[in-house]
Amino acid sequence: MAKYLLVESRDPFDSSDSEYFCELVEGISNRGNEVTLFLVQNGVFPLRGGSKHSGLITKLLQNSVKILADDFSLRERAIKKPLDGVEVADMGRIVDLLLEPGTKAILH
Amino acid sequence: MATGKTLTISIMDAPYESASSTTALRIINAALEKGHNVNVFAYEGAVNLTMKAQQPHATPVKGTSVEQEQHPTTKDWVAALFKLASTNGVKLDWINCGLCVDERGAGDWIDGPRRGGPKDLLDASSASNATLVIPTK
Repeated sequence: MAKYLLVESRDPFDSSDSEYFCELVEGISNRGNEVTLFLVQNGVFPLRGGSKHSGLITKLLQNSVKILADDFSLRERAIKKPLDGVEVADMGRIVDLLLEPGTKAILH
Repeated sequence: MATGKTLTISIMDAPYESASSTTALRIINAALEKGHNVNVFAYEGAVNLTMKAQQPHATPVKGTSVEQEQHPTTKDWVAALFKLASTNGVKLDWINCGLCVDERGAGDWIDGPRRGGPKDLLDASSASNATLVIPTK
């Protein structure tokens, strides 16, 4: 089982790539890998309650993907409470995850 | 304090255009705070991040002065990262891609960065514990 860190910075309202990226995350997870999805910049928009695209995230949570959201990006966008199951984190966390031996990282 | 670990980041967005620049600088800051060495390979528009001639500006349409605006410049942020690295006893190796610099006439930068090329990215990445590529949109 490999470890993956995938970082999404794009907003599904702005970029249809975002949905494909979530499909990639799901596919990697379904192959038995340990996957963390870190949402940053406009990538946090699906975490706002009532968002049309929040289903992308809840589906990944149901597939055992760990989802982190950048605290600064949430504050900038006035998202005070992200979706249940999403952990708020700072940039120190992304550094820790990057430096875990064997982790493969992709930023989109 | 120093962990002996090294993180390599490559960035290509020009300053003042994309939130990716802020994200990159925040990741570098966090890594240095944790006592890690950091290599940065800046290419394409990102070579402008360290240009010495950057100046904060007033905003006439609002009637605000330079002082009131407190406009941040990326060259000051990068300078602060070099200072942080020095304070924490770790190394920040910031490489500006020479080809990209020459295309843009962007060779006059603050103290700290050095000129390099794609081979430096390969060498930095090979010698690092992890590498993160931050592409442009």
